[in-house]
Amino acid sequence: MPAISRDEVAHLARLARLAVTAEELDVFAGQLDDILQAVARVGEVAADDIPPTSHAVPLTNVFREDVVRPGLSQQQALSGAPRAEDGRFRVPRILGEE
Amino acid sequence: MADLTRLTAAELAGRIHAREVSAVEVAQAHLDRIAAVDPAVHAFLHVDAEGALAAARAVDETLAAGRPPASPLAGVPLALKDVFTTEGVPTTCGSKILDGWLPPYDATVTRRLKQAGIVVLGKTNMDEFAMGSSTENSAYGPTRNPWNPERIPGGSGGGSAAALAAFQAPLAIGTDTGGSIRQPGAVTGTVGVKPTYGGVSRYGLVAFSSSLDQGGPCARTVLDAALLHEVIGGHDPLDSTSIDAPVPPVVAAARQGAAGDLSGVRVGVVTELDGEGYQPGVLSAFHAAVEQLRALGAEVVKVSCPHFDYGLSAYYLIAPSECSSNLARFDAMRYGLREGDDGTHSAEEVMTLTREAGFGPEVKRRIMLGTYALSAGYYDAYYGQAQKVRTLIARDFAAAYEKVDVLVSPTTPTTAFRIGEKVDDPLAMYRSDLCTIPANLAGNAAMSVPCGLAEEDGLPVGLQIMAPTMQDHRMYRVAAAYEVARDAAEGGPLIHRVPELPATVGRGVEEVAR
Repeated sequence: MPAISRDEVAHLARLARLAVTAEELDVFAGQLDDILQAVARVGEVAADDIPPTSHAVPLTNVFREDVVRPGLSQQQALSGAPRAEDGRFRVPRILGEE
Repeated sequence: MADLTRLTAAELAGRIHAREVSAVEVAQAHLDRIAAVDPAVHAFLHVDAEGALAAARAVDETLAAGRPPASPLAGVPLALKDVFTTEGVPTTCGSKILDGWLPPYDATVTRRLKQAGIVVLGKTNMDEFAMGSSTENSAYGPTRNPWNPERIPGGSGGGSAAALAAFQAPLAIGTDTGGSIRQPGAVTGTVGVKPTYGGVSRYGLVAFSSSLDQGGPCARTVLDAALLHEVIGGHDPLDSTSIDAPVPPVVAAARQGAAGDLSGVRVGVVTELDGEGYQPGVLSAFHAAVEQLRALGAEVVKVSCPHFDYGLSAYYLIAPSECSSNLARFDAMRYGLREGDDGTHSAEEVMTLTREAGFGPEVKRRIMLGTYALSAGYYDAYYGQAQKVRTLIARDFAAAYEKVDVLVSPTTPTTAFRIGEKVDDPLAMYRSDLCTIPANLAGNAAMSVPCGLAEEDGLPVGLQIMAPTMQDHRMYRVAAAYEVARDAAEGGPLIHRVPELPATVGRGVEEVAR
């Protein structure tokens, strides 16, 4: 039984904001299934009482002095914008037709 | 005058600082070499000839004024992986989504290189967002292995490794999330170091998997890597995971090791990273290297790390999970590519169209894989369980380091494979990282040093040396001792056996720069 169906992969693509084509879905569905079947091996390890590690070096919150320091200028921040207008990022309309 | 591009970084620095040769001459020699051979290698995505020559001139002016060099590597050229931001110089991460992006700031690594007077020649090719083991996932075409142009140079940092092996630069910077410094080092016969996680700042390193990504030095000799390590390493308040402690004394360790005595050093051979499934020529080169360590006085024992067998699976859950989150920043609004902004599409549609057009297949696969592993209902079985395996791997390391000072293994299961051989089989590609992944999961230091050529294909093999967190100097000592012994036995450095590359005559640097 496959670990993941083509429909599920299509759903993942929507969640991940990727407008994948039908051809891509065919390829990705098979590949993701192979990968998931392989990485599911982590489940073979008995680890109920093992704490998870999110980070190699354990760290608690790191703070700096609460002082103002220079950041990017408005011009620098907008320098890579696909579109800018009046010193602001220009974005497409936010609301869809639905 | 001897060919400046064949010298080590330490030798070049010595000549520049003694004013026997100018930094400008050294930079120009490397720019000329890039112009001649990069059409065949494609190690560079961008060559910054103007910036390099300006940096070199500044070093020459400092020395001419009688002032000391800014660092032991001032004036030495370097190739920088295109995943570090460079103010005003293109940074693409090998992706179409960042084509033409000019960052408004320097990464900490970039800033430290500049402050040290190191001459940045340009930006090197890589798998898109550092996801891959062959550099074939670059949106700008593959890099070729200088040992054999039909073979991959490793990945993701194939451009940096190939630039070293093609004598286009004596130093390079890479990043290692699952082996992207060490594996390219192994398959190109060069030295690649993944420092302890937190040892080199990630500020301005475009994030792939934040808990694993680590920048580090690449070079043709162990000493050169150590010298570069000390330039880029150390605490950075701009990276909250940066370790607030002095850089391990890696240069002193490399010099100590070069004296050739490993008496009292305990070396553990990881039993899980040896034997079945490895190319015979890789194993024989590795076993010969272990014998060499014994001959140098090291005490060699076998050590079992039973959970390493699950490292690959844990990695390919954790890294894609973090990638799916990190790459959400590419939303077509603030920087990078924007597709479909024609007045009919909403912001969300534009975002979806842009990511589809801007990302390559491997990046899409990993984003979807991570999205799956993090989704409700699957989180515990996949991501949560992978994090527990990560704990068990770290415990295996801790137990091993109770018995030995360093661990060794082959860096890769095979030598460089053929371009195209694994592009359609992601799992086969992932297995290239089998030996390198455990050190990333545990955050340990690890490096690859060349250990000869495989008898069946004449391609380089890497010896991986791993050391505990912040004990990076231990592996440098072992690597330097091994390097001296190997060079003595072989009658010279391995890298000098790389075949001569076809040179393109009469092409200016401007034409190469893209």
